[in-house]
Amino acid sequence: MTDHSPEIDNHSGVETTGHEWDGIRELNNPLPRWWLYLFYACIAFAFGYWVLMPAWPGLPGMSGATPGILHASDRAKVAGELSALARDRAALSAKLATLDAASILKDPQLRQQALALGESTFGDNCATCHGPGGRGGKGYPRLADDVWLWGGSLADIEQTIRYGVRSGNPKARVIDMPAFGRDEFLKPAQIDDLVEYVMHLSGQPADEAAVARASQVFIDNCKTCHGAAGTGDRSRGVPNLTDADWLYGGDRATIRRTIFGPRGGVMPAWGDRFDPATVRALAIYVHSLGGGE
Amino acid sequence: MTVATSSRGSIDGSTFVVGFLTFCVLLFAILGVANAADWAFRVHAWMFLIAAFAGMAFLLGWHESGAAFPRFDPTYYEEGVVKAGIIATMFWGIAGFLVGLVIALQLTWPNLFYFPDFGWTNFGRMRPLHTSAVIFAFGGNALICTSFYVVQRTCRTRLAGGMWPWFVFWGYQLFIVIAGTGYLMGVTQSKEYAEPEWYADIWLAIVWVTYLGVFVATLLKRREPHIYVANWFYLAFIVTIAMLHIINNLSLPANLFGSKSFSLASGVQSALIQWWYGHNAVGFFLTAGFLAMMYYFIPKRADRPVWSYRLSIVHFWSLIFIYIWAGPHHLHYTALPQWAQTLGMTFSIMLWMPSWGGMINGLMTLSGAWDKLRTDPVLRMLVVSVAFYGMATFEGPVMSVREVNALSHYTDWGIGHVHSGALGWVGFVTFGAMYCLTQWVWKREKLYSTALVEWHFWIASLGVVLYITSMWVSGIMEGLMWRAYNQFGFLEYSFIETVSAKHVEYIVRAAGGGLYLTGALIMIYNLVRTARGDVPVEDRRRSSQPPTLQPAE
Repeated sequence: MTDHSPEIDNHSGVETTGHEWDGIRELNNPLPRWWLYLFYACIAFAFGYWVLMPAWPGLPGMSGATPGILHASDRAKVAGELSALARDRAALSAKLATLDAASILKDPQLRQQALALGESTFGDNCATCHGPGGRGGKGYPRLADDVWLWGGSLADIEQTIRYGVRSGNPKARVIDMPAFGRDEFLKPAQIDDLVEYVMHLSGQPADEAAVARASQVFIDNCKTCHGAAGTGDRSRGVPNLTDADWLYGGDRATIRRTIFGPRGGVMPAWGDRFDPATVRALAIYVHSLGGGE
Repeated sequence: MTVATSSRGSIDGSTFVVGFLTFCVLLFAILGVANAADWAFRVHAWMFLIAAFAGMAFLLGWHESGAAFPRFDPTYYEEGVVKAGIIATMFWGIAGFLVGLVIALQLTWPNLFYFPDFGWTNFGRMRPLHTSAVIFAFGGNALICTSFYVVQRTCRTRLAGGMWPWFVFWGYQLFIVIAGTGYLMGVTQSKEYAEPEWYADIWLAIVWVTYLGVFVATLLKRREPHIYVANWFYLAFIVTIAMLHIINNLSLPANLFGSKSFSLASGVQSALIQWWYGHNAVGFFLTAGFLAMMYYFIPKRADRPVWSYRLSIVHFWSLIFIYIWAGPHHLHYTALPQWAQTLGMTFSIMLWMPSWGGMINGLMTLSGAWDKLRTDPVLRMLVVSVAFYGMATFEGPVMSVREVNALSHYTDWGIGHVHSGALGWVGFVTFGAMYCLTQWVWKREKLYSTALVEWHFWIASLGVVLYITSMWVSGIMEGLMWRAYNQFGFLEYSFIETVSAKHVEYIVRAAGGGLYLTGALIMIYNLVRTARGDVPVEDRRRSSQPPTLQPAE
């Protein structure tokens, strides 16, 4: 019963093909004209595009693909744009790399350009750790305040950016706190007392008996770097323990963890990746974030 | 071919071969457990072992039970595997939608949905779990299930192969479990939509070639003079996926008992093969396969003839011929030579009308039955799916144009595009087909509740619209932000600023996904009640009314 002769569909008046499957029949409508002509138009567009642009490989007598009569090349275009950019920025780059920071800051236009370059570079390279606008995070110093581990002058900032912190670069900023717990320089009870001592130094409530017990431990082990008052030493990157700013946190558990073993945070030496002009622009930008000295 | 046996003792041929194959799997799995080089491989070997053991136990029990004589009775359609397919489709659908919602929430509130103690909940692991669950588990089961149903009905013959269709069904579920657990354990070959490692790929190849064999053998023994158009599309889908899967997954295992392998191709060749695969997974899995579904369920549900036989022929062959070239448009402005980008783009543009041929044939088949859209939300779902298909297949060629792609690529616009196809087209046509099939294979006069289908339809439609529009906005916004320069010629925004800017759109997107999932849950409830044979809600209401006419007061 499934291959009958064509019949006329009642609704549309169109002939069926005569096929039938599971009750499904087919009308013999022609291809819609608009559909067919649009299809042809798309094919014509494709042929036109092939003539104009690089398209077909492997034609006899040709090495590579047909180049297209426009001889368009993405690679040549990108190379041209990059060299044009380098040309446009040559003057700026030269000034940034050669002038000293003070005279850059004195020239309003140059300063603005340096800040724009610095901000753009900072956003996609530094903000990953230091946060947008340099707001910092646990283990990543906040750059928008006036608390500096290694100094907040333009020259200090630039040196930190160029050579990094514990980056492996010979000129990197390096300071290592001993692992008092892990390497068993101190007994657990002594560390417990020291935690109270550090709490006390930063003006937080602390167990006074423990503080008293720890004062000699602090003098013997910590004073050399952090100073008798615990105020740190910026020339060597030693943190101040008496303020409310903490790189990893100022609660008991975090302080204990820090005394137990050093954190050893690393910042790459950006001078290996950026040209001197960009490093200087970054320094100027970071300096402008709020705490520059 | 089936062998009908008359005595209880004799063994059905297909069951014997499936049993032997399962036994071989068991042996390999034991070797794998014993020699595993890493823990993920050991877990997977155990899974193969348990599955093979369960399979053999089932086959033996089935053989001994002596049920259903004559076995694989050729005078009946095979509907058990279709029922199993409906259940699997809906199960994996819910799983996939749920994981999708979770990762949408992770992107929206990364701090709230971040569990560092449970590494496997990381976005990087959950994302392939979502894509594979919805495409291959939900979509794949829907395709296998409907193709098994449609090919029998339109060939007027029982599914060929006896036990083999069941091997395809359970083998495919095993692949899904291996793939999904692999993602969570970090097993991946890092090819998008082809993440499973070599042993899962080999297993899928075996299952898939069996699927092809079952389908072709059924076509060959058809009792109709011609092959129906839906079957052309199913066949094109099955053949091409076999080819794509095998070629894109050619790799060398680093260890015969380890879960790591190295791709045979490398560099830009590997990328091109990957996107030849990736785009034709869209073309032949998500387009040709679901067009086959459309070509059966729309004329059937609308009870109207297919609008144009000629259009179906022309758009079938033009679609098949042109789609396979379009992959390079995923690699615009990359290391891929420019001529290959040209071909990818121009073939994508030529693909526009062949794609739309299916939309025209689907929509025009409704002529003479448009009134049914008012009363039958299932048919409406099928028709709206075709509308989304038309929209996505127009958007695709537009996005393949290099200049447009320069803006749209890598942005959420791509996510929106994929979901208008996935939620609107693939999802809705599958929902429509599953509503039909549940009613048909469980032999119910009607669905448990048409009103619940209405709710599903409107909730899911709203979800799709929220999803697509939010992704258009966020995609175009981030694309423009990425290319914005300030007055000094430096980039205006850092990447993280472009991410923060999308927060509201991400909330809307997650809400859309939540609605879509809600609709699917309503559907499951409806399907279960239908399959159980509960009295339809509409009938119950009618029968509770007094049988006599009441005078108006």
